[in-house]
Amino acid sequence: MSTTVDTLHHEEHHDHKPSGITRWLFTTNHKDIGTLYLWFSFLMFLIGGSMAMVIRAELFQPGLQLVEPHFFNQMTTVHGLVMIFGAVMPAFTGLANWLVPMMIGAPDMALPRMNNWSFWILPFAFIILLSSLFMEGGGPAMGWTFYAPLSTTYSNDSTALFVFSVHIMGISSIMGAINVIVTIMNLRAPGMTYMKMPMFVWTWFITAFLLIAVMPVLAGAVTMVLTDKYFGTSFFDASGGGDPVMFQHIFWFFGHPEVYIMILPSFGIISAIIPTFTRKKLFGYSSMVYATASIAILSFLVWAHHMFTTGMPVVAELFFMYCTMLIAVPTGVKIFNWVATMWRGAMSFETPMLFALAFVILFTIGGFSGLMLAITPVDFQYHDTYFVVAHFHYVLVTGAIFSVMAAVYYWLPKWTGHMYDETLAKFHFWASVISVNVLFFPMHFVGLAGMPRRIPDYSVQFADINQIVSIGGFAFGLSQLIFLWVVIKCARGGEKAAAKPWEGAEGLEWTIPSPAPYHTFEKPPKIEG
Amino acid sequence: MAENSKYYVPASSPWPIMGAIGLGLIAFGAGHTVLDVTKNTDGYGSNILTAGILVILVMLFGWFRDQINESMSGKFNQQLGRSYRQGMSWFIFSEVMFFAAFFGALFYARNVAVPWLAGASNNAMTHSVLWPEFVAQWPLVETPGGTTTEAMGWYGLPAINTVLLLLSSVTCHMAHIALENNRRGRLKLFLGATILLGGGFLFLQGSEYIHAYQELGLTLQSGVYGNTFFLLTGFHGMHVTLGTLMLIIMFLRIMKGHFTPQSHFAFQATSWYWHFVDVVWVCLFVFVYVL
Repeated sequence: MSTTVDTLHHEEHHDHKPSGITRWLFTTNHKDIGTLYLWFSFLMFLIGGSMAMVIRAELFQPGLQLVEPHFFNQMTTVHGLVMIFGAVMPAFTGLANWLVPMMIGAPDMALPRMNNWSFWILPFAFIILLSSLFMEGGGPAMGWTFYAPLSTTYSNDSTALFVFSVHIMGISSIMGAINVIVTIMNLRAPGMTYMKMPMFVWTWFITAFLLIAVMPVLAGAVTMVLTDKYFGTSFFDASGGGDPVMFQHIFWFFGHPEVYIMILPSFGIISAIIPTFTRKKLFGYSSMVYATASIAILSFLVWAHHMFTTGMPVVAELFFMYCTMLIAVPTGVKIFNWVATMWRGAMSFETPMLFALAFVILFTIGGFSGLMLAITPVDFQYHDTYFVVAHFHYVLVTGAIFSVMAAVYYWLPKWTGHMYDETLAKFHFWASVISVNVLFFPMHFVGLAGMPRRIPDYSVQFADINQIVSIGGFAFGLSQLIFLWVVIKCARGGEKAAAKPWEGAEGLEWTIPSPAPYHTFEKPPKIEG
Repeated sequence: MAENSKYYVPASSPWPIMGAIGLGLIAFGAGHTVLDVTKNTDGYGSNILTAGILVILVMLFGWFRDQINESMSGKFNQQLGRSYRQGMSWFIFSEVMFFAAFFGALFYARNVAVPWLAGASNNAMTHSVLWPEFVAQWPLVETPGGTTTEAMGWYGLPAINTVLLLLSSVTCHMAHIALENNRRGRLKLFLGATILLGGGFLFLQGSEYIHAYQELGLTLQSGVYGNTFFLLTGFHGMHVTLGTLMLIIMFLRIMKGHFTPQSHFAFQATSWYWHFVDVVWVCLFVFVYVL
């Protein structure tokens, strides 16, 4: 049933892999599980993306053309849920699975069987969520934030299934996070002290703590929604002494750290890629670590900046405003460190670097619009407009998703043993970076002019900009098929990759052959210096 | 990290995917059971839910059997033991955060929502427009909508239950010390006592629920006081049930001669879990019953 790597090494072929479907179903190998996570995430990215296409097609013109408003609401809701819990979070978990053990010189994750479990429950969660779209009355249509009473009094039958599928997503994230924490605390190679860990490991370490702290709170929130809707409780109903605003407090206590869960690993990725292609060490490593930790701590103190228009006491509004603005400080430390890393570096512009550079610039735009939204009186104006949509898509698409793409290009040679097609990849980059700005930048303008989010129709004066936005959206959606093509092409063959295909790369993962053997670091490596 | 020279990586295993199927069936079945029950329709939800629970039970049995066999055949090392202990501690932390959500709801309802409905802070208009007769009080025995109930006192059953659980934490710790000193007789005695105290707690908690429903009119539908009361004590009771089952399994394993003074992760994890449910109860007793 089990064996130590030591005996595997002697008794079996070095790179022995089980074959067939059972390899993927029964696997305890961190690389297999990482691959599963990444493909699952890409599939969800396409499904969530096609929902976004429906949204943009409906918004191509004012008036109602293609879909019913109720269906439009389901699309915005499920698009958000699928992208957050199905695409971005599993992509990061997949990267953590592939990279964390290789970066710290460990043979695998600390709890490999639980690792398999935490992946394989995800497809079931999403089958349940997506199948609820086909129920009588339709799927969840209350927005991904499922505010009460939209999710309680006014929601349809799919709510029960939504609640339990979110429970499973939460269990999956918590188990994944526990695995990352235990692996990092316990399986570092001798000499790999905490302050020698690569930034990606550090950022994931901190992200994992955020996950185990807030995913259970989300579970509590959906549980209260379930009992309010079906069992007559009144947590979010004022006639029973509850408060719908209480839902928002509980939800955003989860929801704001969740935002950082989806960006901190990106910081780690960018902190790996920029030094490689500038051929310099990362500027200010320890300040990066402290900045990440500060952002994580502050993330628990800012949740109500999502709720400035709910009528909180002024003292609370000011508290949350200042705390939110405080986050710009450690984030600024990071941006300046990346820029300082590039200063006088011998830079080259391979695709991972292009995505990393786009990340630094475009994420900063998203950060600045976030700062605008943090200002309470200003937020009264911006709240629930397309300005907010523009803001969080800049941080999530050109932030989180661009960083995932940068990571895929950067580590693909290590995973597959082949170099990807640089020309095609550059084409993918330029197509994405241009279309994504056509898609999201004009949203700032319609937002400032007052176009509300989550509504299938709009005033005619917004028509031109919405048409441009939709064209950008379709172009961005199509561009991602190039990404799929590049990855498949690279997996199937191509120029052989060296153990260290990037001249300036540093880290343990580049000391092992490409593709990485099925089992790595059976004996812990010695960390010098 | 000196003992890192030999890593332990388990071979591939069929149990996790089985667990995934089981959990998927449970979620799908639970969702449909809720719909069937609340809409009074005959559905297949409860069948799927039952099937899921059976699959999970088989999975747990198989997974733990493998795990125990590996442990008994000495495949584990200190490093793996540390991984398990840390994993269990962080799992308990995540459970703490789950309860934190409901304690948060309790504090918010009591200190913000209810006073605001009665006009506190800048809510004079809310009060006079919505429910001008409403008076803020805690326990909220009359809701703004007019539902009335009686509050649950802390003396009597809850106080006895507090004593039972605190005592069980002590006996659990005594059992742990006995195991570490390899005094198996004492171990069985104290562990058995812990199980009995846990069972006693659950029995009294059940009686308290009957008392609440039949005599006090305190139900799940009694407004936010009843909501927080039943969800907090209910989830706590579910955790005590799980903890008691874990203790029973430990007892059976000890009868079979498992565990040594050096190697007893499963027992330690169970004991930590038991102390955790005890601490949650103390918070519950203070914030739900006494204050």
